[in-house]
Amino acid sequence: MTIAAVARPGTALRRLLTPLSYVAIVLVWEAAVRAFEVPAWLLPAPSAIAGAASDWLPELATNTLVTLRETVFGFLVALAASLPLAILIAFSEPARRLLYPILLGLQSIPKVALAPLITLWLGFSEWPKIVIVVLVCFFPILVNVVAGFESVPKTMLDLMHSLKASETMIFRRLRIPAAMPHFFTGCKVAITFAVIGAVIGEFVAAQSGLGYLILMSTSQSQTPLAFAAIALLTIMSIVLFYGIELLERRIVRWSH
Amino acid sequence: MSVAALAPAFAMAAEEPAAAAFRKPVSAPAIEVAGVTKVFGEGKPGAVHALGPIDLSIAPGSFVSVVGPSGCGKSTLLRLAAGLDRPSAGRMNRYGEPLDGPSRQTGIVFQEHVLFPWATVLQNVMLPADVLGLPKAEATARAHHLLELTGLKDFAHHSPQMLSGGMKQRAAFCRALLADPQLLLLDEPFGALDALTREELSLELSRIWQELGRTALLITHDIEEAILLGDRVLIMSPRPGRIRADIAVDLPRPRNVGTAALPRFQEIKQAIRELIFNPGRPE
Ligand SMILES: Nc1ncnc2c1ncn2[C@@H]1O[C@H](COP(=O)(O)OP(=O)(O)OP(=O)(O)O)[C@@H](O)[C@H]1O
Ligand SMILES: [Mg+2]
Repeated sequence: MTIAAVARPGTALRRLLTPLSYVAIVLVWEAAVRAFEVPAWLLPAPSAIAGAASDWLPELATNTLVTLRETVFGFLVALAASLPLAILIAFSEPARRLLYPILLGLQSIPKVALAPLITLWLGFSEWPKIVIVVLVCFFPILVNVVAGFESVPKTMLDLMHSLKASETMIFRRLRIPAAMPHFFTGCKVAITFAVIGAVIGEFVAAQSGLGYLILMSTSQSQTPLAFAAIALLTIMSIVLFYGIELLERRIVRWSH
Repeated sequence: MSVAALAPAFAMAAEEPAAAAFRKPVSAPAIEVAGVTKVFGEGKPGAVHALGPIDLSIAPGSFVSVVGPSGCGKSTLLRLAAGLDRPSAGRMNRYGEPLDGPSRQTGIVFQEHVLFPWATVLQNVMLPADVLGLPKAEATARAHHLLELTGLKDFAHHSPQMLSGGMKQRAAFCRALLADPQLLLLDEPFGALDALTREELSLELSRIWQELGRTALLITHDIEEAILLGDRVLIMSPRPGRIRADIAVDLPRPRNVGTAALPRFQEIKQAIRELIFNPGRPE
């Protein structure tokens, strides 16, 4: 009991350390901008960014929603497309021979380079952004899930084979749970890519979204607004990432 | 802790054609091995001659223990008997039929105990019932009984990661017994247990085996355990493993805590030790 009482202040301090470091960075930033009188169009102080954020709140909110929609929708489409393909590749040798080289080749194309073309083909709607998000999310999920299906230890396969379990049974009882940690790793990589993909799509051509807002505000020297938009993008990325992580912790209890 | 409750084991939901062979007259051996060898990576530079040639016949309802030095091919022999690996040469039969793959009438305890970390202990023990499609209520009752028998009752709903090495082995042991298989293949099932728990579980296994009239092949490092449980003790030579001696254990059954104190037990033990430590002597 006394040991716990002694240990407590130490852990509390350790918990506070990360938030404290963030606060410290913001304070140093604020102080430096003021001390060196950096113009706001070059590098706004945190207080100026907060001011711009509250001035432009409705615009920031609607554009965040647009980018969030593209990101999440594209991610879900990639998920829906990559899972059946992963199963096909993991279980059919011909499919693997045929599809895997093509997919790996496609993966090597820098998706960013395709953004103008996709916009050209699909016009100025939200669709080209969603397609770019799908493309950047697709491969991390696919590759990780295929690796997950194959990560099953031989001893576990032996156990299932000794019971003469069917391939579907092995898939349900063994391969799916074994692939879960890999699946979530793929999803976490994909969701961070997804935000980047959506912003790139918006950079190429858009009338809305946080990427569009960043382009507009910098071209009009509204640098504090651009910073506010970037901050929102960062927060979005973090929230989505930890959302998946939270789901993972609920489902994949055994590897924590 | 009664074994009687285990006796009315449910009928297999889906009997395979091979199962019919089990009801044939007792003439056919449970396992018959003739001239079997196993070479891993045959024809390749690093090929390992792991086993054989081996000849062996295990009568239905008998209990055969196997002892031998580490790496002599005991697990290899067990995997062959399980139908998980094919011999490089020779012939194998199970209940008079060619052994060409696993059978649902075989329960295996693997040396590495192999529990699924994503399932609870109970779910792990229930795996054979799931795969074989056995009636759920009966299987669950039996699983609980086996867990109680092996002292894991309080851990039924825990993750296997919360078990000690010995507890994992006991869980794997329960799983192997769940579907009441005709043939038990046990690869050092009690290897990680302390001497006391080990003897207790060994005697429990002996009772279950005798009660249900199953056939068992037990691999062990422990000579006393081999004698305590077995009708026969096979002694294997170092790799490539061959059967160097086949000792009949003519101790009365049922075996119990007093068995190890019998003079005959000590005689057999001494004979086996001589065979292991003075391999040059004629057998
Ligand atoms: N899959 C494999 N590929 C190649 N060699 C193998 C394989 N499995 C076993 N061996 C080799 O066969 C020999 C016998 O192995 P086995 O596992 O049967 O030994 P064992 O008698 O069970 O040993 P232990 O008592 O240590 O468990 C060893 O030399 C091992 O290296
Ligand atoms: Mg072994």
